[in-house]
Amino acid sequence: MSSPNQESNTSASVQDKSYKEPNKFLTFLNSKNVVPYIFVSPFILSFLVLTLYPAIHGIIMSFQSILPGQVEFIGLRNYERVLNPNFYKALSNTTIYVILTVLILTIIPMLLAILLNSKFVKFKTFFRASIFIPALTSTIVGGMIFRLMFSEADSSVSNQIVTFLGLEPIDWRYNAWSAMFLMVILASWRWIGVNVLYFLAQLQNISSELYEAADIDGANAFQKLRYITIPHLKPITIFVSTITIINGFRMFEESFVFWETSSPGNIGLTVVGYIYQQGIGQNDMGFGSAIGVVLMLIIFVISIINLLLTGTFKRGDE
Amino acid sequence: MASNKKNSSLTWVASIGFLLISLIILFPIIGLIISSFRPSSELMRDGITFSIDFSQLNLANYMYIFQEAASYWSWYGNSLIISAMTIVLSLFFSSMVGYALAVYDFKGRNLFFVLVLLILMIPFEILMLPLYQMMVGAQLVDSYFAVVLPLIVAPVAVFFFRQYATGLPKELMDAARMDGSTEYGIFFKIMLPLMGPSMAAMAILQGLASWNNFLWPLLVLRSNGMFTLPIGLATLLTPYGNNYDILIAGSVLTIIPIVILFIFFQRYFVAGLTSGGVKG
Repeated sequence: MSSPNQESNTSASVQDKSYKEPNKFLTFLNSKNVVPYIFVSPFILSFLVLTLYPAIHGIIMSFQSILPGQVEFIGLRNYERVLNPNFYKALSNTTIYVILTVLILTIIPMLLAILLNSKFVKFKTFFRASIFIPALTSTIVGGMIFRLMFSEADSSVSNQIVTFLGLEPIDWRYNAWSAMFLMVILASWRWIGVNVLYFLAQLQNISSELYEAADIDGANAFQKLRYITIPHLKPITIFVSTITIINGFRMFEESFVFWETSSPGNIGLTVVGYIYQQGIGQNDMGFGSAIGVVLMLIIFVISIINLLLTGTFKRGDE
Repeated sequence: MASNKKNSSLTWVASIGFLLISLIILFPIIGLIISSFRPSSELMRDGITFSIDFSQLNLANYMYIFQEAASYWSWYGNSLIISAMTIVLSLFFSSMVGYALAVYDFKGRNLFFVLVLLILMIPFEILMLPLYQMMVGAQLVDSYFAVVLPLIVAPVAVFFFRQYATGLPKELMDAARMDGSTEYGIFFKIMLPLMGPSMAAMAILQGLASWNNFLWPLLVLRSNGMFTLPIGLATLLTPYGNNYDILIAGSVLTIIPIVILFIFFQRYFVAGLTSGGVKG
């Protein structure tokens, strides 16, 4: 009673004539057949305009040569051009990056989470917060810090450590292996805390009764880890590795922050970097879109494998 | 007794181990903050270094950024405006959609939900060229609106709100209907306030994503006066640059507000940033 509806009041005062009878239009707007669609309409609009249309347009563009004021269909020629050494370099860089980040960002956070969840570690809240803080920085700021830490100067932190270990100072941004190292360490640094939290959340879901039962049966710590903890972490492990793989294929900023758009010998070129370089830098939108479609196919295959592994297809029915 | 002793020494080892890990992980940020007090010429020469001359530390970089660096503050302003717009619009629209998917039974509900999950899996990078062309066509390039538009209905947020609203008490809705409240009144006056905690988590997720967003603003923002912080700072990252004072003190000033917010609202940060993992 005390919460009169603003919308009906304002629109009713606008529509003077229908003031007396119950307003049919408003009743219609408030009917159960209409309300849900009005609520969902922002999503429908944004799906059509910002996802479906660009997706279709992108596929069409990938068959076109696009010059200002002159667009023509050129069949598969963009796709033939995709198969070139630069693309292979971008794809192989990206793939190596994906493999390294998925290993590092799954295994290390899992171990840290298991340790953090054990009774042996004090000040858990503090440790959890401090390993999470890098996730708050942007890749640009984080990358800038790493660029300064791994600068070519003999006096940078990284080269001081290298020299201390008795090795020669390294030109971090100019060797293929160290270029990959820089991108991987930057991503790992930023994401480790978030992934630890994913594993921790799952660990806290494991019923303590399971461990008590194992204690009664005389299981040791290693057996409990092997037969209770690790099997229960399987779903979250699949989840974490999938988002890491997909984020890896989307990688761009970790490369941009070290070399902007061109790295020596393309040691930092990634697939998305190649799309940016060709589509925006060279203004070759058709070719850029073709690379995008290839990337979309790669990511779709990975997503489908993930869905099959996790059974996410069932989610929609609940 | 013996096992207690063993446990307490294990506790020591594990805690000291974690202290070391935390220090290593926080080292880059500590290094950044200390370096921001060093003369920028030394910074250019050394990068971040262990050999710091502590007597040389001063506030010159900060004095410069507060007094001279007008463009830095315009980037800061742009980032604040764009983040605020993103938070307000995306929370408003995403919560409406997520709420409807959770509480109403209607034709196509499952289809919409599957579409939300599908969009969650489509990387933005794949759509960026056609979207960019669309912005060029609509003459929106170099505007706040162009940056914010693709983020307005965020599938992660829709998904998160939907999961949260599923747990809301539906009896309240029936009671409000009996009192003559419309469906819109029920949402805005009764249910939305109940979604407060999920709102906070999503505000932080969207705000942080927007504050740190890079690739899309890089495409649609052209003029220095429209740049956001990450774009502006990235322009200073040239090897020939003599703007290390702005770069490094400016980076500290972009992190500090977020870290302070994090300390006060840790719970919501954690919920927001791990929201991709919420299970149905």
